[in-house]
Amino acid sequence: MPEKDLRIEAQRVADGIRRRVLEHTVRNDGGYLSQACSSAEILAALYTSVLRIEMPSAPIAPRPYAGTPAPGNAGYRTGADFNGGVRDDLDRFILSPTHYSLVLYAALIETGRMTADGLDKFNVDGSSVEMIGAEHSPGMEVMTGSLGQGLAQGVGMALGRRLKGVPGRVVVMMSDGEFQIGMTWESIQFMAHHGLDNVLVFVDVNGQQCDGVVDSVMGVEPLDARIASFGGRVAVVDGHDIGALAGASSLAPDGRPLFILARTDPCRGVDIMRSRAPKLHYLRFKCCGDRKAYTDLLAAWPTGER
Amino acid sequence: MMETVSRPHATNLVRWAAARPQVLVLSADLTSSCEADGFRDAYPERFISCGIAEQNMMSVAGGLCREGFIPLVHTFAVFICRRAFDQVAMSVAYPNLPVKMFGFLPGITTPGGATHQAIDDIALMRALPNMTVLETCDATEVESVLDVACAVPGPVYVRMLRGEVPRLFPADEPMRIGVPRVIRAGADVTVVTSGICTEEALRASAVLAARGVGITHVHVSTLKPFDGPGIDDMLAAGGHGVITMENHLVEGGLGTVVTQRCVAAGIARPVVRLGIRDSYSHGAGRATLMREHGIDAMALVGAVEGMMGEKLGISVDHLAAVRVEPVHSAAKAEAL
Repeated sequence: MPEKDLRIEAQRVADGIRRRVLEHTVRNDGGYLSQACSSAEILAALYTSVLRIEMPSAPIAPRPYAGTPAPGNAGYRTGADFNGGVRDDLDRFILSPTHYSLVLYAALIETGRMTADGLDKFNVDGSSVEMIGAEHSPGMEVMTGSLGQGLAQGVGMALGRRLKGVPGRVVVMMSDGEFQIGMTWESIQFMAHHGLDNVLVFVDVNGQQCDGVVDSVMGVEPLDARIASFGGRVAVVDGHDIGALAGASSLAPDGRPLFILARTDPCRGVDIMRSRAPKLHYLRFKCCGDRKAYTDLLAAWPTGER
Repeated sequence: MMETVSRPHATNLVRWAAARPQVLVLSADLTSSCEADGFRDAYPERFISCGIAEQNMMSVAGGLCREGFIPLVHTFAVFICRRAFDQVAMSVAYPNLPVKMFGFLPGITTPGGATHQAIDDIALMRALPNMTVLETCDATEVESVLDVACAVPGPVYVRMLRGEVPRLFPADEPMRIGVPRVIRAGADVTVVTSGICTEEALRASAVLAARGVGITHVHVSTLKPFDGPGIDDMLAAGGHGVITMENHLVEGGLGTVVTQRCVAAGIARPVVRLGIRDSYSHGAGRATLMREHGIDAMALVGAVEGMMGEKLGISVDHLAAVRVEPVHSAAKAEAL
């Protein structure tokens, strides 16, 4: 696809992610909407141009929960097939903060990897489309969500790939709140020490976490200087500029892990949410009028067809 | 005279790993202390230095498994089980990945004090789904536990011994998963031991047998699963009951699994658990701490007397001399 068409397609995916998550939030009286607002372009850039992965042969319908990994559970499988499966020459994608799962599922639908009715199974008992996804959930292949562990598991994969001498990279998506975690800095230190440059980290720097604004809970800035001082390579971009996101990811490896700090707006595209600041982690309607405002917004949302 | 082997893991690991290119060793700044220095020097490309950062190390180990490697994590037991428990649970145990964790300094085998004494590790690791828990007691088990651990397709936690290690079992009788060793058979009391307590029980049981007490002495190296062949018959062999002795808290370790097994199997006999009793410990020599916590040969004699309801007139002098190790042994990297 030509560069210009790719950008148009990526923006369509981003808009679709917001619309699907908004629709879901209205229908279910709540949801992780601010995460979709901040990260829609990041997920869109990842799935339309950054990730070197295969398409499944057809959109996959989410499977029912099939038990946890255990000896004797032969039917167990991860959600890696939504990303086209695991291959040494292709990238592996890890979503670390799985509170973004709803956003990931919407991205999978918008990019033709998951069937459009897949979100109907979201948070339904017995479904793999879990609210805070596990490695059996669509698009996931690693157990993340205990914040801070996604990066280190990706680092292990990246080290393994370097030991094997294979070209596939490991792409990790993180939230800025995860930089409050000591383990995150252990992982950066490790990557720098071992010169792992086959790791690409996208950080949704939306300045939001469960208790409110990151700066009020536990400041992590200056994030770029902190990461650089630990030996990481940092690119700071406008997290809603798909061209900038994709461009930063194509920097030639130089022996350092690459962190793309995507500065984002947690209310992007849903301005009526701004009145709820600083508590944006999970949207729940306060009254009927509140709900109507979001319903009206959804009704007016342009439906971009693929 | 019992043979003592110096640093059995150090040499064995190098030999064992030679033809296993998928095996990596991960270390958190305790490479010599965990006898992985030989591996590091022999296979530097397969040795991964992780620094004092155990949480990252455990999750990295999980990631390496997902690319087909078998990481052998080497550090002190406390740092695997306490410091990185969430990482072990979610990055390793949940996905049932073949990370092999070698926890050194189990229980009170170190004078390093409470910070270095893993007295709760078996309880913690047993609680994790998918986890297999092993404990070594001598040089033969230290040498054979690599095969045992790597034959398990999932995660394994091993209580490891280092330094000057006695050889209690012949080198050609390796550890076998789930198979307890019956060291002595008798009809009065069943004694179940693991780790360094087995050597203590060997001393006591010899004297007890000479006094006519029928002891069935069972050595256990697989603490989870605890369902091996013949276990119920062994537990039921002692007519007066069962005594367990372990280098661990009495809650959650050998005493707990034996008690649970007896109840499940309907073995209606008293179970007396010798071990550390709801207490932390402190820095002191091994013999002192074993005496203090009641997990040495004399403690076992006292428990047998209590269970039999008679005094046997056995004193310290009757037992073989307690093995005292100098704190600053030449076999250790430092005096921990």
